[in-house]
Amino acid sequence: MLKRLSIAVAGGLLLASTMAGCGGSDDAGSSGGGDDKITLGFSQVGAESGWRTANTKSIQESAASAGIDLKFSDAQGKQENQIKAIRSFITQRVDVIAFSPVVESGWGTVLKEAKDAGIPVILTDRAIDDPDTSLYKTFIGSDFVAEGKKAGDWLVKEYEGKTDPVNIVELQGTPGAAPANDRKAGFGDVIKADPKFKVVASQTGQFTRTDGKAVMETFLKSQPKIDVLYAHNDDMGLGAIEAIEAAGKKPGTDIKIITVDAVKDGMTALSEGKINFIVECSPLLGPQLMDLVKKVQDGQTIPQRVLTEETTFTPEQAKEVLADRKY
Amino acid sequence: MTNLIRHRLFWPIAVLVVLLASNLVFSDNFFTITLQDGHLYGSLIDVLRRSAPLVLVALGMTLVIATGGIDLSVGSVMAISGALACLLIGDLSNPDSTTKVLLVVGAAIVLCLVFGLWNGFLVAVLGIQPIIATLILMVAGRGVAQLITGGQILNVHSSPYRVIGAGYFLSVPVSFLIAAAAVALTVALTRRTALGLLLESVGGSPTASRLAGIRARRITIMVYVFAAAFAGVAGLIYSSDVSSADSNAAGNLIELNAILAVVLGGTALTGGRFSIAGSVLGAVIITTLDITAVSVGVPVETTLLFKAVVVIILCLAQSATFRAKVFGRFAAKRTVTA
Repeated sequence: MLKRLSIAVAGGLLLASTMAGCGGSDDAGSSGGGDDKITLGFSQVGAESGWRTANTKSIQESAASAGIDLKFSDAQGKQENQIKAIRSFITQRVDVIAFSPVVESGWGTVLKEAKDAGIPVILTDRAIDDPDTSLYKTFIGSDFVAEGKKAGDWLVKEYEGKTDPVNIVELQGTPGAAPANDRKAGFGDVIKADPKFKVVASQTGQFTRTDGKAVMETFLKSQPKIDVLYAHNDDMGLGAIEAIEAAGKKPGTDIKIITVDAVKDGMTALSEGKINFIVECSPLLGPQLMDLVKKVQDGQTIPQRVLTEETTFTPEQAKEVLADRKY
Repeated sequence: MTNLIRHRLFWPIAVLVVLLASNLVFSDNFFTITLQDGHLYGSLIDVLRRSAPLVLVALGMTLVIATGGIDLSVGSVMAISGALACLLIGDLSNPDSTTKVLLVVGAAIVLCLVFGLWNGFLVAVLGIQPIIATLILMVAGRGVAQLITGGQILNVHSSPYRVIGAGYFLSVPVSFLIAAAAVALTVALTRRTALGLLLESVGGSPTASRLAGIRARRITIMVYVFAAAFAGVAGLIYSSDVSSADSNAAGNLIELNAILAVVLGGTALTGGRFSIAGSVLGAVIITTLDITAVSVGVPVETTLLFKAVVVIILCLAQSATFRAKVFGRFAAKRTVTA
C-alpha cells in the first residue's frame, strides 16, 4: 500500500514538473494580438549558458523598449517543447514568430502550419536545414565561418614576415555543432594559404572549461612545441590557460591564445594579456531582431540572411569596454 | 597462468597496461615525471589527478550497486555541491581565509548528505525502485544547481579552494590524495568490519537479510548517503580544478561513466558481490582512455568509437562464456588436427 502510494506521489511530482515546464507557453495565451501593438512569439532554446542568458535578456529588454508585446517560451533544450510553443503561437494568432531552433532538422511541418496561417517566421542565432527557404522570412545570427576567418586573419597578420613554422593546437567545440564545424573550417581556410602554419593537434573541449583544461594538459605533454592555441570559445580557452600556467608557461606570451565569444570572463583574461585576441560572437541581437519584426509587419522586404553586428577585440580594446560588458 | 587469467582483475589490469604502453609509442615522454614549480608533473600524474572525481563517484556507486540499487543522481549532486561552494565563497568577505573555505566545503557536503538521505528515504522507506527514485534528483538536481548559479558560470578567486582540485601537498596532487583517502576509508569500512558482508547480504536478498536480523533499510539508506557524499566531494574537486561552477557541464553523464567503471571492475549490477579495487581500476581505465584518445590524436569524430571498441574488447575478454566459445573452439580444433 505504502509502495503504491509513494509511486503515485512520485508520478505526481514528475507530472507537476513537466507541467511547470510547459507553463511558459500556456500562460502566454492570456492575450492575443488584439490591439495595435505587434505581438511577437519567441521560443528560446533554453538557458544552458551565460551566452544564452544574455541572449534572452537582450530579446526581452529590446522588445519592451520597442513596444512589442513579447510571448516568451523556454524550450528547455527540447525540440518537442519548441514545436508545441510554435503551435500555441499559431493558435494565439501572434503577428510574428521568432525562434532559435534547438536542432537543425524536422521543422518542415510546423513551419508549414505557420505559413498557412499567414504568420511570418524569423530564425535567430541558429539555422535550419530545410531546403524550402520560403518557410521563414529571414535568419539573423552570427556567421561562424566568418568568425573562424577573423581568428585566422589575426594570426596571419601576427606572424607576417616570419618564416619559422608555427605550431597550432585547436580546441574544438561539441562535435557536430554548427559553431564548432564552421569555426574550424573558417580558420583552416585562412591559414592553409601559408605552409608555415601547422595545426599539430585538434581535439574537442566540448565548449567547457574543464574539458578545455584537460585536453590542453595532454597537448602540453604530447606536443613538443606549441606556439598558438585556437579555442572555439572563451571557456575552453580559460581552462587551457590554467593548464598552461600549471605547466610553468606564460599564457599569451609563451603560447599565443585566440578564442571566440567575448564573454566577460574571456574579456577579463584578454585585458590581463592572458588571451591575445578574441573574435566576438554577440548574443545581443535583440534590437536588430525587433527592427526586423517591425519591417516584416509593415510588409517591407528584408534580406534572407542578416548578420549580427560583431567585432573583434585586442587586449587594449578589451580594457576599454570591459567595465560595461553585460555578459 | 590460468589462475592468473581467471583472476577477476586480470583483464582490467591488462587493458590498462596496454593503454599506457600504447601511449609510449606515440609520445616518448609519456612516463617521464618531472618536478615543475615544486610539484610532480607528467602524463601519469595527470591520470592520477584527473581520475579522482570519477574514482570517488564510482566508489559510492559500487556500494549502491552492491545493495542491488543504482544512483543516477550523482552527476547532479556534483553540480549542486560545486555550485553551492562557489556561491558561498563568492559571498565571503575574505575568500582566501582557509577556515571559512573549509566551512563552505563542509556546508556543501552537508547539503549533499541531505540529498543522499532523500534518495535513501525514497528507496528504502517508500520502496520506490532505485532507478526511478534517483532519476527524480538527477533531473531536479540539475535544476537546483542552475538555480544556485542563476544559469551562469560562477567564478571564484580563492587560493584555499583552488587547492582541492588543482593544488599539491608534498608535491602530490591533493585531488589524488582525497580520492586515495576515500578508497582507504571504504576498504577499511567494508573489509575490516562486517559492513561489507551486510552490504552483500542486503544486495543478495533484502528480505532474507531482514529476516536474518540485519537492518536492511538502514544499510540501504546509508549507501545512498555515502554515494551522495562522495559525489559532493567529486563536485568540489571538479569545480575547484577550474575555480568556477558550471552547473550544466559539471558531472554531466558521469553517472554512466561511474556505472561503466563499476561494471568494468567486475561488480554485478544485480547486487550482492562487489569489488572496490575493480571499480577504482575501472575509473582509472576510463580516464586513461580519455587522455590516450587526445594524446594519440584520435580524430574528434571517432573518439567515441575508439572508446567503445576498447570497452567492448574489455567486456568480451571478461566474459567467461565468450572466452570459452572463442578459445574453446580453437582448442577443440587443435586436438582434432593433432
